[in-house]
Amino acid sequence: MVVAIDGLSLGAIYALIALGYTMVYGIAKMLNFAHGDVIMVGAYMIYTMCTLTWTTGGLPIWAGALIAFVVAVVVCTVLGMTIEKVAYKPLRGASPLAALITAIGVSYLLQGLAQLIWGADQKTLAILDKLGNLHAGSYTIKWSSIITLVVGAIIMVCLTLFVKKTRTGRAMLAVSEDKGAAQMMGINVNKIVSVTFAIGSGLATFAALLYLPTTAISPTLGSMPGIKAFAAAVIGGIGSIPGAMVGGVLLGVIEVVCNSIEGVASYTTAIEFAVLIIILLVRPIGLLGKKRRVKV
Amino acid sequence: MALLEVKDLQVYYGVIQALKGISFEVNEGEIVTLIGANGAGKTTTMQTVIGLIPSKGGSIVYEGTDITKFPSHKIVGMGMSQVPEGRRIFQELTVYDNLMLGAYLEKDANVIKERIENCFEQFPILQERRSQIAGTLSGGEQQMLAMSRALMANPKLLMLDEPSMGLSPLLVSQVFDIIKDMNKKGITILLVEQNAEKALAIADRAYVLANGEITHQGTGAELAGSEEIKKAYLGG
Repeated sequence: MVVAIDGLSLGAIYALIALGYTMVYGIAKMLNFAHGDVIMVGAYMIYTMCTLTWTTGGLPIWAGALIAFVVAVVVCTVLGMTIEKVAYKPLRGASPLAALITAIGVSYLLQGLAQLIWGADQKTLAILDKLGNLHAGSYTIKWSSIITLVVGAIIMVCLTLFVKKTRTGRAMLAVSEDKGAAQMMGINVNKIVSVTFAIGSGLATFAALLYLPTTAISPTLGSMPGIKAFAAAVIGGIGSIPGAMVGGVLLGVIEVVCNSIEGVASYTTAIEFAVLIIILLVRPIGLLGKKRRVKV
Repeated sequence: MALLEVKDLQVYYGVIQALKGISFEVNEGEIVTLIGANGAGKTTTMQTVIGLIPSKGGSIVYEGTDITKFPSHKIVGMGMSQVPEGRRIFQELTVYDNLMLGAYLEKDANVIKERIENCFEQFPILQERRSQIAGTLSGGEQQMLAMSRALMANPKLLMLDEPSMGLSPLLVSQVFDIIKDMNKKGITILLVEQNAEKALAIADRAYVLANGEITHQGTGAELAGSEEIKKAYLGG
């Protein structure tokens, strides 16, 4: 029970990050390897703003945390859109390899800047852990896990509705399937790509907030969840939104289950990537990936 | 004044010149057709006019405005829409979503609703299949959807790129009837076709494109009667 909830909640975090990878890949056809570092920036922003609002006083703790989170979302969204405009947009139409290398460069740039601003030492901010535990019968469940699970589920439902039911969401699906035909509908592809980066980075900030209880903040905080969420996106079928959700949850559950078994725990990461390899061997397009016709 | 005036248009793919300075015009209310063999530059012309391919020289003037350097979403917003070669409907989306995307630039929900109703009236099969994934439609239905999607933008100028491709003879006749019908309702048509015989039969005027150059022009009847055209494009 506890393992299930912890697993699902970690899965929800991976899914939120994986959505950023998969949406950007679906629409801009590039792998944004700086995505994990946006989470890191989000975490630092939450940390800095929380410290600031809590020490200046006057505000209750929850209000300070809320302000901190809103500021972090805004900063990350703007950061994501800026990265796209400055680093990736000029390379659209260039070889995919050029965009990939640039993304890795942006990743190191963000890590370097974070170290410059906040220093290399680890910081901790137990923002959700303050909530304590829920005691239900013989079970003790962390409130932070429950909140993560609920918030993650709500965001995913909202995102699904947004993509399926709104004009912009529909345009995103259209650009993802056939950019040229989408342009013929009068869709401004640059705008849609920009919106996609904004959404992806916003989701990354949510992931940062939910990830904080389990980790210390350092300039490389985004690397591991970034890589795992990327694996989750690939497992689910990169470019597929439900795929990213399924892949994320699957990986989260595997991780927590493995960690809870003595003797297996030290092999957790190896097992996760073994699952990735096996799934790709059996189904190279991922669990929910679609075969795309190659257009001439 | 012509609705669309293309002058000395030049397009390159790398070092290869696909369009070697072509000029043509489409007047309001006309059906104009561009015929020619595979690789003559017909689709390139269509995609350049709507802003998907950049040109290296020449000009495209639409309703008196030079749109040569305009991005495609701006051009579509001016009342030009296109049924692309190979239909290119959104295969993974529903019929309804495809139609909604056709009206992407229209923001008035009532206007969109009205256009959808008109479309369902004209193509009842699309209403029946409105929640179906478009990729599962038959070829003929997909062509109807592609045309309806383009009409959802309420265009002044409708460009159709090979609308008869891959369809049975019966459906081909149906498609040409629909084109004539749309023209009667006031939409100006620019039609690219390999089926030269059918295209010339409904066209007011026609241009023949070969190797990126316009080699002949005239009324549909003139070109259909020309010995040279008959030999090259109408199978003797």
